[in-house]
Amino acid sequence: MSAPSPGIILEVRGLDKAFGATRALDSASLQIREDEIHALVGENGAGKSTLIKVLAGALRADAGDITWLGRRWFPPTPAAARDMGIATCHQELSIAPHLSVTENILLGQEISTAGWVCRRESRRHVIRILETLDQAHIPVDAPAGSLPISSQQLVEIARAIASNARLIILDEPTSSLTQSDAQSLFALIRRLRERGTSFLYVSHFLEEIMQLCDHYTVMSDGRTVGSGRVAGTTIDGLISMMVGRKITDLYPQTPHKQGEPLLTLSGLAGAGGKPGRTDFSVRRGEILGIGGLVGSGRSELLRAIYGLRRAQRGRVTISKYPDENMAAKSVAHRLRRGLGFASEDRKTEGLSPRQSLAENIGLSALQRAARGGWLRPRILRALAREAADSLSAVYRDIGQPVMDLSGGNQQKIALARLLFSQSDVLLLDEPTRGIDVGSKTVIYQWLGAEAARGKAIMLTSSYLPELLGMCDRIGMMCRGRLVALGPRTAWTEEKMLLAATTGANPVGDNT
Amino acid sequence: MSIAMKEPGARAFSVWRSLAALGPFFGLILVLAVFTAINGPAFLSLPNLQTMVADASIVAIAALGMTLVIIGGGIDLSTGSLVALSSIMCAKALAWGGFADSPALSTWGWTLAFLAGIGTGMFCGAINGSAIVGLRVVPFIATLGMLSVARGGAKWQSHNQPINVTYAFGDWVQPYVKPAWIMLAPSVWLAIVLAVIMGLVLNRTVLGRSIVALGSSEATARLCGLRIGWLKITLYTIAGAFAGLAGVVQTARLTRGDPSVAVGMELNVIAAVVIGGGSLSGGEGSILGTMAGALIMSALATGATQAGWENYVQEILVGLIIVFAVALDQLRARKMQC
Repeated sequence: MSAPSPGIILEVRGLDKAFGATRALDSASLQIREDEIHALVGENGAGKSTLIKVLAGALRADAGDITWLGRRWFPPTPAAARDMGIATCHQELSIAPHLSVTENILLGQEISTAGWVCRRESRRHVIRILETLDQAHIPVDAPAGSLPISSQQLVEIARAIASNARLIILDEPTSSLTQSDAQSLFALIRRLRERGTSFLYVSHFLEEIMQLCDHYTVMSDGRTVGSGRVAGTTIDGLISMMVGRKITDLYPQTPHKQGEPLLTLSGLAGAGGKPGRTDFSVRRGEILGIGGLVGSGRSELLRAIYGLRRAQRGRVTISKYPDENMAAKSVAHRLRRGLGFASEDRKTEGLSPRQSLAENIGLSALQRAARGGWLRPRILRALAREAADSLSAVYRDIGQPVMDLSGGNQQKIALARLLFSQSDVLLLDEPTRGIDVGSKTVIYQWLGAEAARGKAIMLTSSYLPELLGMCDRIGMMCRGRLVALGPRTAWTEEKMLLAATTGANPVGDNT
Repeated sequence: MSIAMKEPGARAFSVWRSLAALGPFFGLILVLAVFTAINGPAFLSLPNLQTMVADASIVAIAALGMTLVIIGGGIDLSTGSLVALSSIMCAKALAWGGFADSPALSTWGWTLAFLAGIGTGMFCGAINGSAIVGLRVVPFIATLGMLSVARGGAKWQSHNQPINVTYAFGDWVQPYVKPAWIMLAPSVWLAIVLAVIMGLVLNRTVLGRSIVALGSSEATARLCGLRIGWLKITLYTIAGAFAGLAGVVQTARLTRGDPSVAVGMELNVIAAVVIGGGSLSGGEGSILGTMAGALIMSALATGATQAGWENYVQEILVGLIIVFAVALDQLRARKMQC
């Protein structure tokens, strides 16, 4: 063992981990210096999560070396890792929603005497931590579950700070944050770096990495395929390392012509002012993007159109059935009339993870593969295969459980359902969230092709470049209302942010 | 495409998955082997096996409905009380029709018995479902309420006295069947035929797959436009129907309607489903597994009795086996995930 280079606090070498036949880590390596923000990037399934889990003590590696603060060491448990100064904030927040902010921050490291929690002392300690984070506005006695997601994230980071972490692992911290919340998170991370905390920052958002990080490590197929200074590379450079091939066009353009209006909302308003009164139409062959901050009502708008959220007022009509107000009908009825919806929450709503691909794809229209209530499995499989293949989903067997697939392929299965149900109007809530670049490209191509086939598509995204790259028209929401709607050419990222944060209408035309 | 390489390999997984299907049968063989070792080869004699399956038939029939409920993500605690109430209503109907002392049932008598028993069960099951859907009471509470209500109903309807129908059912559920070539008691054949039908319904119908989807992920089922409320009411009504039928078989077995019969039977029924691979969090379970589970329970009871063990030994054993079976299943699920 050579002595660690000065300034390096964590060195990982030759790390192997296999799950059955799958090699999740194949001689992976990683070096993290003092006071740096280190980016870990790679497509889904590249091995990032496995590496993080090993560092966090949640998984045992099969082979390899970890040198932490100059000592060879394998974190045996998450608690041991935390005690040694490695704290992890997972993408899925681990907040106990019923416990208070104070209790959450001190969870597992309670201030106590003889088993009794010192409440006053705890409270004071937590307030002190939140003050150093400039987050004194967070109510320390409120149940953590009552806070917005962005504050819950801060609670997790505060928990890491409370354990005196030298290295904080952040796994996709911004995936559920709005742009402005993300920016304040970055400011906080930078401030903590100045105070001597290092970060391992995992993200799909390469712009963030360019903006925030000092060094990067790129993983692909369980191996470390590149590392270096962020200042010395570009987004294209990172992407080509991640995918091992050059992605020239992230937002492929399939020409599609717009036809007559297919879906029309008139004065649609949902419960609690989300969405507020909304009027617009989506045409055949049109891709309409909806942006806005988290909580601005993007999802609620789609859900109200589809019937998963109750509409209080207004009409939703489909051109073929002008006299039917869909807003008063059941989800089943709207499905039959051609509305289709894909959820942003793939794991608990979008898919039924233990059921097969075929059943997940067919679930909203099983009658297509049935006669008199009896399923015809061969037909179901054939139709499902056809739908999955047109999204180039990669799978072994159409009868395998959908949970076996990677995130990107799961998302393709969720979207394939809309093909199976032959929906005319595709309502897609964050269709590319948390999936790898390759799958994103496939989905973008598919969206273009479906538009070209005359479908009307509405999609939401937290990612502004995606809206600008994919959509014909873009609407921005703020506090439940659709505040601005205009053709893509009228928009820039700055204008979109302005509309989302202030409710202004920078594109004038509001049709 | 590079992603293709990362999808988990096929082989390691199918081993654990097929274990899920066969596990309960290994368990059954194990239980039979153990008691044969203890009680001698006579334990596996034809009459003994006939007794065991005849004993299993009542739990098995009720468990068919319970399997559906549990796969659908629910639970039904009212089964035992529904069996008692259905048994009373069945016996009352026979008494009303003048069959109480008749040596055999006419077609009308059979129809009456089944209509009264199954109808009672379905009615109560529909109330269970409606309470869960309409009043938004969780299944545990709604059916716990029914457990008490139906038991009370049974006592009320029978004035807390057994209603005898001594000869009406003949030897319909007795283990030693005539003619001998049919091998198993008619109630066993009834359970087998119904199991086949329910297996097909579960795996091959839109209703069945919708139930699996409901239990596997209710949010997904809602997103896919399934009629959740209607599905739940249907589920509990079906469970009630099977409990009612079990009540008819119970009446035939005891040759009377008894308001205090089948107390706590729901636990045996749930145990059969769970030992058979059913998951109380929904989405998982199989008819075949449940049948094996019911047989395991019955083999255990028969074996323990014949070994001369006290009743309490049997109860302790059943408890341990339930926990062990579920623990094994958890282990399997973990193996499958990584």
